[in-house]
Amino acid sequence: MRTLLLLWLCLLVISCGQQKTETAASDVTAPVGGGQSNVKDDVSQQDVVKIAVNSTDHTTLVTALQVAEYVDVLSNAGPFTVFAPTNAAFDKLPAGTLETLTKPENKDQLRTILEYHVYVGGLTENLIQDGMTINMASLHNATLNKKDGKLTINGANVLGSARGSNGIVYIIDAVLLPPEEK
Amino acid sequence: MDKKTILRSLLVVATLVGITVLQMCKPQAPASVSGSDAAVKAYVPPGQYDEFYNLVSGGFSGQMSVYGLPSGRLFRVIPVFSEDPTTGYGYSEETKAMLNTSHGYVPWDDLHHPAVSTTNGEHDGRWVFGNANNTPRVARIDLKTFRTSEIIELPNSGGNHSSPFITENTEYVVAGTRFSVPVGDKTDVAISTFKENFKGYISFISVDPKDGKMNIAFQLKTPGVSFDLARAGKGPSHGWFFFSCYNTEQAYTLLEVNASQKDKDFIMAVNWKKAEEYLAQGKGEKVKARYARNRYDESTHTATSEMLTEVLQLDPAVLKDIIYFIPCPKSPHGCDTDPSGEYIVGSGKLAALIPVFSFTKIQQAIANKDFEGEFAGIPVIKYESALHGEVKKPGLGPLHTEFDANGNAYTSFFVSSEIVKWNVKSLEVLDRVPTYYSIGHLCVPGGPTRKPHGKYVIAYNKITKDRYLPTGPELTQSAQIYDITGEKMKLILDFPTIGEPHYAEAIPASLIMPQSTKIFKIEENNHPYVAKGEGQAKVERKGNEVHVYMTAIRSHLTPDNIEGVRVGDEVYFHVTNLEQDWDVPHGFAIKGAANAELLIMPGETATLKWKPLSVGVYPFYCTDFCSALHQEMQGYIRISPAGSNVPLKYSTGKTDDTAAGAGR
Repeated sequence: MRTLLLLWLCLLVISCGQQKTETAASDVTAPVGGGQSNVKDDVSQQDVVKIAVNSTDHTTLVTALQVAEYVDVLSNAGPFTVFAPTNAAFDKLPAGTLETLTKPENKDQLRTILEYHVYVGGLTENLIQDGMTINMASLHNATLNKKDGKLTINGANVLGSARGSNGIVYIIDAVLLPPEEK
Repeated sequence: MDKKTILRSLLVVATLVGITVLQMCKPQAPASVSGSDAAVKAYVPPGQYDEFYNLVSGGFSGQMSVYGLPSGRLFRVIPVFSEDPTTGYGYSEETKAMLNTSHGYVPWDDLHHPAVSTTNGEHDGRWVFGNANNTPRVARIDLKTFRTSEIIELPNSGGNHSSPFITENTEYVVAGTRFSVPVGDKTDVAISTFKENFKGYISFISVDPKDGKMNIAFQLKTPGVSFDLARAGKGPSHGWFFFSCYNTEQAYTLLEVNASQKDKDFIMAVNWKKAEEYLAQGKGEKVKARYARNRYDESTHTATSEMLTEVLQLDPAVLKDIIYFIPCPKSPHGCDTDPSGEYIVGSGKLAALIPVFSFTKIQQAIANKDFEGEFAGIPVIKYESALHGEVKKPGLGPLHTEFDANGNAYTSFFVSSEIVKWNVKSLEVLDRVPTYYSIGHLCVPGGPTRKPHGKYVIAYNKITKDRYLPTGPELTQSAQIYDITGEKMKLILDFPTIGEPHYAEAIPASLIMPQSTKIFKIEENNHPYVAKGEGQAKVERKGNEVHVYMTAIRSHLTPDNIEGVRVGDEVYFHVTNLEQDWDVPHGFAIKGAANAELLIMPGETATLKWKPLSVGVYPFYCTDFCSALHQEMQGYIRISPAGSNVPLKYSTGKTDDTAAGAGR
């Protein structure tokens, strides 16, 4: 009798249980084409990431963006203003800093630093005023100065700029570090 | 019985019930969905491309829609013959000219048949043509931009149903009138003088192989009948065209009854190479006409309209050997040539058989003058002499036929609501599937070409009772995809369509995708009011016209503060999208505008005309969610009273009220 009862319960459970139709199983979480940054497009203007990728002076920055999985984000619609430290700027960091930051367990910290180099908005040079404070993507403020046509951010010198499809890249000679949390 | 026994019996019964429940809970597939692999066959995983583009007529919406196959996903609705507030087509100053006709601006039409351009009888992926059924016109849509590039009106046509059909190398796009009408100088005539005064016309529109530009090369004057559909010959029959004709009774009232009197109407065979010979001999007659031709120029981003005043005509009743009639049972609708070009399938929409004619036999009959008589001065070939054979009892109400690459034909049956597969040579019926319900056209990818791509047949249905959630008195029209890779056709997906779908074509994505336009180059923008950078943005007054040369880029409009504009002014916002990045359009809208928005592609300039009617400060903004700061992409224009002295000024990013600190 107990067996029969069990069988009955089992039948009920099975009968109206999951009726999953088998569909072509595929990993729908990963983009098939490898994401926005991999879209083949030789016609459009380069976006801010492509500008960095195509610059021999920014290989360290690009590696950091890849480690932080930020390449696709900066291929997005934006608009972005990116302050891009050169390889030499990264070299000025205390020995071992970069190695530490690019360790998987420090991804959040690396992201915060990279976000401190990104402002969401298209800040062309004519819109920048001396002493202007901007709130970066990391939510920390940075200060822009413009004196005698020379542009600096937190004291780092702007060496040049490039217009991308989704924003502007300012090349700088130092890595920006967010102010210490109080 | 003791308690235990009763309980045990109850459990036995319950177990049986349980088993029944198990059966009942199985998914209840419709009878026609045989096998559980239907979903897999139509499934395109997120992030993957479809295999085919499906270009579907929008019927009374006047537009054409683009779906993916086999997923049935809708990608785009292309504005063609109807205004489209979404894109500003027909509303922007640049596109208004596209809808010009000899009757003035016509904001709507009824698009029935797409035709994809071919080279050597195979899809080449350059253009798709479409017909305006009501105010007779043919449109050419560029498959690089998916935009309407050109619209040409057809003079002397009463209604452009039998259109557009293309010759093997897209030499011509051909259009036949549905309604014969009186033409020329004698148009104010009694309707009852139909036989005497009403004429049908077939227009041969030449297509420039270089850029697709259309021109009416010539028209054939034909007896007053109704042309329904047509196909060009191909391969051996290249140089010929075949039209279905109904109302050979020449009825002018209650056609429902009066045009169905005869047991046979006609297929009209046209030797257009012969027509070209007569033209070369100067036998064409230039006749006065009035018709518009509208072209969109990608360099100025502007359409221009011209009114043409004459057309070249040939009269086949006088110039022999251009046209012949072949009897065809009961008001033929579809008239389709198979991929080999040898067989012509006529579908009498009230018949219970399908006649298949042989091109070789038609040629022999013409050579032997195997005629049964004349109709309005045109020889009528004997039915049996032209006939390859009949498909007997295929179904009721055959409409249209498409072909696969294996010698099979697929015919839609409106009355019996089914698709029937049959072999073109043997005429044997091989398979039949129901459609839900009342199928009109059907489409096999590449079905009208010399090299069908096959794989699917898609049914376009008029009625969908019980197929979709109801939406009031009118339900969605739909398409249904059947897998035809096996011997039996298998229904794999239903999907709703816009407007009312008539004909559709499907073309491999690989023929279109690689050349799809991404942006318009800003340096190649020759619009007279372009601002190629923010430095060129300005506002100019010319009398009561105010021209705003505005730019849009993520995420601001320049200028975004405008003053010195007055009630009584006409303001033209010429907005240039400065983006040079794929898939980043900007939009533009202003409060109170009596037209629509603008949707401006990267590198393009578009113009919205706005007449401020009252004093105030009016906001304008970007309507396309372009960026993280899209909601900030806005501006103000101040409208002062008529006669006001407020000076004209404009700016972006300039803050005057530093004391109050606004904008800081």
